[in-house]
Amino acid sequence: MDSALIPEGVKRCSFGKFILWIIIVGAVLLWGVVAMLLCWFKGLNQTNMNDAYGFAMWIWADLAVIALGGGAFFTGLLRYVIGKDELKNIINYAVLIGFICYSSALLILAIDIGQPLRGWFIFWHANVHSMLTEVAFCLSCYFAVLTIEYIPLILENRQIDKVPFFHNLSHNMHGIMVIFAATGAFLSFFHQGSLGGTPAVLYGRPFAFREGVLIWPWTFFLFTWSAAACGPCFTILVTWITEKITRKKLVRQNVIMLLAKIAGWMLATYTVAKIIDTWYWATVTAPASGFNFMDFYSNNPLYGPWILVLEIVVCGVIPSLILITKTGRKSSFLLISAVLLAVLGACVNRWVMVLQVMAVPVLTFESWFMYFPSWQEIATTILPVAYGIILIMISYRYLPIFPQEQELEEEKNASIFV
Amino acid sequence: MLPFSFEWLWDISHMLFMGGLWYALTILGLGMTYCIIKAAIDTSKGKGSH
Repeated sequence: MDSALIPEGVKRCSFGKFILWIIIVGAVLLWGVVAMLLCWFKGLNQTNMNDAYGFAMWIWADLAVIALGGGAFFTGLLRYVIGKDELKNIINYAVLIGFICYSSALLILAIDIGQPLRGWFIFWHANVHSMLTEVAFCLSCYFAVLTIEYIPLILENRQIDKVPFFHNLSHNMHGIMVIFAATGAFLSFFHQGSLGGTPAVLYGRPFAFREGVLIWPWTFFLFTWSAAACGPCFTILVTWITEKITRKKLVRQNVIMLLAKIAGWMLATYTVAKIIDTWYWATVTAPASGFNFMDFYSNNPLYGPWILVLEIVVCGVIPSLILITKTGRKSSFLLISAVLLAVLGACVNRWVMVLQVMAVPVLTFESWFMYFPSWQEIATTILPVAYGIILIMISYRYLPIFPQEQELEEEKNASIFV
Repeated sequence: MLPFSFEWLWDISHMLFMGGLWYALTILGLGMTYCIIKAAIDTSKGKGSH
């Protein structure tokens, strides 16, 4: 039925099966949309936000998807600016994943501000002393960059490409993509960093507060670093999941290996920096505010030293060691376990820097503030996941996302006949 | 925010923040304008016809 729209030389499932899965995932999406509309029409009383939690669970999801979407800027930087040519075979998918992550982040922010009609205030009535203003600026601009990087993919659809103007536009956009990629890397560096800097400048909250260089706390650099390390891991993970679902090899192993190796070294160096940062904070910064290390990890039902071990050792040291060794990368099981742990590590780090920061008591007469999100928060957090799956399904079906798919399929068929 | 807005101040914070925003938007805008105009010229010359 839609075969004229499917890229040449590749096979896709039947249109009926495709629509059936769109409907199934669309039902989850609809659930999220209902929750979103409730938040917009009835207000933020639909959430469990309170005086202790001025940020809902969304902000953790927001920071997590932004970190995981970092694969787009870092892969783009490696491909277009540094010149790692092999990555041209995965850059399209990295861009698509980044586009989904950043559009999701903006959607979450549109829900979180409660009054989306006033969303433009941050641009026009900007508080130029706030790191979050920088985040809003860079996030919006970088989403524009991702849209610009995604447009040529849409224009390469079999039918759209037949229109000469669109064919030329796509060709020209590819021609100057290095400018957009470099701008994107610049914008990403600042908004990833400022998201890390925001909790660390809160000197009234010793759990988050960090020292730094000039106006930038150390977490500014750690957040950018971790996004550059864990973003490509997320790209590898989603590519692997897509290959399992489609039962096809979509990207050659040497491309995955290269990206995994770079991500591994980024993760290893990040983990060392994170360990130094944590050690200095635990032994110098926090005691200077009158707190002991264990004050932040005891007398509460959830947060113990286990979360630190999980973040730094299980999701930092272990995946780093796997990814920087050739033997580790060659084993499919170890590779996927490592990227999964790295992705989990980024999510745990953002959780700690957003939700644990607000849970820790700062006054002697206070106790820990625990938090459980309302169903509307959970639904609106799952909403971007459903949206992402649908966009991947549509893009995979109709756009040439994987340049190596056809030749890998032919090689597979040839080996069957041999 | 632009310099003619009543909230504008000629201080380093405004110049850096808003200057950075407009700088990034200008690069993206000029880049896309170049691509679109060049595509229109290429098309008028008959390039890209299948």
